[in-house]
Amino acid sequence: MRFASRRDVARGKADMTPMIDMTFQLIAFFMVIVNFSEGDRNERIRLPISELAKPPDAPAKSPITLHLTDAGTVIFGPDEVSIPGIRQLLEREQRFLRARGDDPRAATIIIRGDRAARTGQVQELIRVCQQVGFERFVLRARQEFASLAELAPSG
Amino acid sequence: MRMGQRREEDTGVELQMTPMIDIVFQLLVFFVMTFKIAAPEGDFNIRMPLVAPSEGIPEPDALPPITIRLSALSDGRLASIQFGQRQLKNFLELRERMIEMLGPDPGPSVIESTEVELDCDYHLRYEYVIEAITAVSGYVDPKSGQVIKLVEKIKFAPPRAG
Repeated sequence: MRFASRRDVARGKADMTPMIDMTFQLIAFFMVIVNFSEGDRNERIRLPISELAKPPDAPAKSPITLHLTDAGTVIFGPDEVSIPGIRQLLEREQRFLRARGDDPRAATIIIRGDRAARTGQVQELIRVCQQVGFERFVLRARQEFASLAELAPSG
Repeated sequence: MRMGQRREEDTGVELQMTPMIDIVFQLLVFFVMTFKIAAPEGDFNIRMPLVAPSEGIPEPDALPPITIRLSALSDGRLASIQFGQRQLKNFLELRERMIEMLGPDPGPSVIESTEVELDCDYHLRYEYVIEAITAVSGYVDPKSGQVIKLVEKIKFAPPRAG
């Protein structure tokens, strides 16, 4: 009797090509859409909705993003301060811009205000920024269709 | 001499696929874990006069701004919308009044010369301000899907105690 030796047994080989193709395509997809710039986002802020809030065509020059919470505090980078307290941080930012050779008046303050924040607080924040020397402001909103008839006066 | 036989044995070169597949899957897992679906965001430009207003004679062609008064209840909800002397039902009506005043498709000169001032109570919830800005800024044409601009210059009046 002659038994087949192990060497004679044909080893089954899986074709890896389609799997590698698909995996690389997935990686390419995620690499293209990944966004590491988390500095201008904050999960705590629920932005107001607007159908006309289109993403800007060109990025703002020297953008400074301020997050105004519903409690009336301002988040700037890792710091959370009161509205008057933001002055010190903005002055530091202004010095940094000057040292870099940029004009602080050309910098854009992006205000990401929570939808439940008070309008007066947004205006106070703008006033503090003006006092420091910033002049350009944009109000950020989430782009989503919302019927204008929904938010009617309650009084 | 058995050279021919040796050549046949050496033809199969095996690439080590395992390390490559390992690293590729690690990359894939990293991207999947860090992936976040972020809603698109957009901006509204706001014109705010400087703290110290510039002295001098104002421009003779400058029109007075259209004032929209938004008053609030004590809890921040919207109490009323006032456009000139008229009380409006909602922001949709505000947009209709703006279209009535400026035309359905105002040209660049009208957009450039028209300014809206929002006069809001301090405690008004911010979402109503964005609604008002949306209503006066323009609208999406239902036929073409294009945004028709009405006003670009928007500013705030000093906040009221409310």
